[in-house]
Amino acid sequence: MAEALLEVDNLRTYYRTQHGPLKAVDGVSFSLKRGEILGLVGESGCGKTTLALSVVRLLPPSAQIMSGEVTLEGQEIVGLSEKQMKDIRWKKVSIIFQGALNSLNPVMPVKEQIAEAILAHENASKSDVEDRIDRLFNAVGLEPSRKGNFPHEFSGGMKQRVMIAMALACNPGLVIADEPTTALDLIVQYQILDLMRNLRDKLRISMILITHDLSVIAELCDKVAVMYAGKMVEFGDIFEIFEKPKHPYTQALLNSIPKLQGAKTRLTYIPGSVPDLTGPVPACRFHGRCPYGQKLCTEVEPKIEPVTGDHLVACHFWRDIEKR
Amino acid sequence: MGMIGLTILSGFIFVAIFAPYIAPYDPSQVFLAQFLRPPSWQHFFGTNEAGQDLFSQVIYGTRASLTVGFAASLIATAVGTLVGIFAGYYSGLIREFLMRLTDFFIVIPSLVLMIVLAAIIGGGLTSIILAIGLVGWTGTARIVMSQTLSVRQHAFIEASRTSGAGDFYILRSHILPNVMPVAFAQTVLVVANSILYESVLTFLGLGNPNQVTWGQILQFAFTSGAVTVAWWYVVPPGLSIMLVVLAFSLTGYSLDEIFNPRVRKI
Amino acid sequence: MVSIAYATRKITGLLVTIFLVLTFNFYLFRIVPGNPFALLFRGAGLSANAVRSLNAQFGLDQPLWIQYVVYLRNTLTGNLGLSFQTRTPVTDMILPALINTVILLSAASIISIILGILIGILTAWRRGSKIDVGASATTLVLYSMPTFWLGLVLLVMGVIYFKLPVAGMRSFSGVAPGTIGQLIDLGRHMILPLLTLVLGLVGQYVLVMKGALLDVFTEDFMVTAKAKGISNRKLLWDHGFRNAVLPMVALVALNLGLSIGGAVQTETVFSWPGMGLLIYQAILSRDYPVLQGSFLVVTVAVIIANFVADMLYPILDPRVSET
Repeated sequence: MAEALLEVDNLRTYYRTQHGPLKAVDGVSFSLKRGEILGLVGESGCGKTTLALSVVRLLPPSAQIMSGEVTLEGQEIVGLSEKQMKDIRWKKVSIIFQGALNSLNPVMPVKEQIAEAILAHENASKSDVEDRIDRLFNAVGLEPSRKGNFPHEFSGGMKQRVMIAMALACNPGLVIADEPTTALDLIVQYQILDLMRNLRDKLRISMILITHDLSVIAELCDKVAVMYAGKMVEFGDIFEIFEKPKHPYTQALLNSIPKLQGAKTRLTYIPGSVPDLTGPVPACRFHGRCPYGQKLCTEVEPKIEPVTGDHLVACHFWRDIEKR
Repeated sequence: MGMIGLTILSGFIFVAIFAPYIAPYDPSQVFLAQFLRPPSWQHFFGTNEAGQDLFSQVIYGTRASLTVGFAASLIATAVGTLVGIFAGYYSGLIREFLMRLTDFFIVIPSLVLMIVLAAIIGGGLTSIILAIGLVGWTGTARIVMSQTLSVRQHAFIEASRTSGAGDFYILRSHILPNVMPVAFAQTVLVVANSILYESVLTFLGLGNPNQVTWGQILQFAFTSGAVTVAWWYVVPPGLSIMLVVLAFSLTGYSLDEIFNPRVRKI
Repeated sequence: MVSIAYATRKITGLLVTIFLVLTFNFYLFRIVPGNPFALLFRGAGLSANAVRSLNAQFGLDQPLWIQYVVYLRNTLTGNLGLSFQTRTPVTDMILPALINTVILLSAASIISIILGILIGILTAWRRGSKIDVGASATTLVLYSMPTFWLGLVLLVMGVIYFKLPVAGMRSFSGVAPGTIGQLIDLGRHMILPLLTLVLGLVGQYVLVMKGALLDVFTEDFMVTAKAKGISNRKLLWDHGFRNAVLPMVALVALNLGLSIGGAVQTETVFSWPGMGLLIYQAILSRDYPVLQGSFLVVTVAVIIANFVADMLYPILDPRVSET
């Protein structure tokens, strides 16, 4: 019940590049319970997508999981063969990619694409499959009569709904959504988020929501993991993180959101840029952009420590920093 | 790659220019009682059915084959560049018309049209040059047109127009210089194709029997029936064609990579 | 499937193009410098009377626009004139030749496409390997040879080493009776010309297939498809191939004009009694009606084939049939 659906333990995923190994995910650990929605937030290039791809073992040939463990529903995934992974994929965990624009095969009717996902994992009869697709369409707010259409006949928001319907086709315990709303209009964004929330409530599905948009996180998530340059710098319950952020990066992220209420303050931004992950990096990756940087930050890498219970942070000086 | 191509090319051009000094005999000189002899020390490529030295013929053939290739591609490139520039620069009816014209010529089977044109004009190397030039311009036209279109978007063209520059001036001093590199890279490939087409057209009998080109040698080889008994008649001329075309292609692709922004490998 | 607007647009295009070709064909042959008969019987000293009667017979003494109307009327009713050489209707000469060429070209195209697809898949899968490099090099070399020369080389090898027939479509003697015997005989005659054509065509198909597959492999929907846990076979064929084949089809249509050129050369070298040989013989004898008729038929055939490809394409790529 309260046992973890997904546990990631010290995962390292590196890319092979011309300039040496790129440490995209460098020792990340977290866990996710059934029915929880985890928000994974960070700048582009911080490793969120690589982390997601590592969980489903869909990394490109140039990337490799170097070490660490990923345990899904009690089963260790990193060591599984490709054949074993094929059984697990979509049945236990499915993934929605960013930019649904090109995530669907343009020459295949949408219904066939969902059907093949179902049939890859179970022996269902044709009418069974048709029924299920109808129900999936209804669940995501699409007209079942349109299931025979091709992807280009749907609008952006509708394509995303199709992706969600497809992701749910085999009743997975975990759905990973990588920037599901980034390419959409604001109104459509909220519709999709609403949909996802309803689905979670009804189906008790766990989700990992990857985004750089904090407002999306605020709408939907129970827990938040903040990533920076391949490392997880803060983790915790959503209210804790939003009200009492402890890591300077998290604070800066939150500060850079313009507020509608309260006193008018200057918009802050985070100076500098993300370090090049193929070269040598300072011990604390955020050093150089952090307003509180000290000598210790260049020598010793901050370890993850608990603030209270579930709230974790990786910073040497979090105790001394007051939220501005 | 391109360097290999250039080296081979220079080799052939050298042979063409200095043919009289390299060829051991006059190509039309008849060696009595030496009909269809296989290669030997006196005759490196053997002799043909008229007793002539094939090595000298192939050497001399370099001249006409290369010349026709260059001349034809000159016409093709000129026509193609003109069509391309005008189609890219002007819009509306002119562009529509030129584009349709280009598409029309692309749809018609090239070789057949060249055959017909060469036959109509009367045969001989001049008609072949004209036939190839008037049919083979479409590739250049397309590339030049798209390059012109993109150059045209640039702000300095607008600036030029507002300051009162006439169309011809703009075409000449702004568009043309920016289009030439791409057209040039294309030309090399056009020459390769022209040489190929020349050999086909002379082989099919549209050339001048008195003018020796590689295709012409092969034509005699075929029509005299000597093909099945004299492999040395067939191999060297064809091999020469292949090497030259290969050389041009290699050079052309290298140039294309340098000059054509779209092709450049990421 | 195909929208009415799309079909209408394509059909109109087809008709307009055919009409333009007809007109082009007419004027092309009217710019012949000098009297065609003078050219034909060069130096034979035709009397003025003979020239006049020949002109009248072939309708060459009428004003140009009348000739044009007559030409249109004749062509559209299937009358392509009389051969200068044989005095038989050009249409009767063309029909059997066309069939023979279609047999040869279809067989060659089908084999080239299949080979192109298979080798293309292989070189895409094993990119950068020796097979890939070898295939690319071979393609480049084949592309640099004139087709007729390749034919000649194969002819020499075929005669010396394999005792294959090298001329025509059928043997005159020594054929086993019955259809099977005849088919085998036909097949043996087809081997060399087919090989020549296929070698000339296959290179391009390999390149396009490989390029298309490599492009498709990097598309987002391929990752999604893989994420669904479907079999590798389904991944390659239903998702990869079905998308990569689209540029292939476009290429086949585009290549038709070029393959005619290859066919002309191959038929000449192997005396295969098709359109190519007909054209070759018409060149030798300066038989303009045959040349004109052949040019017309061949061009219209290519245009129609392109049209068919255009109409079939939306079935493969549903994005295209919108106006």
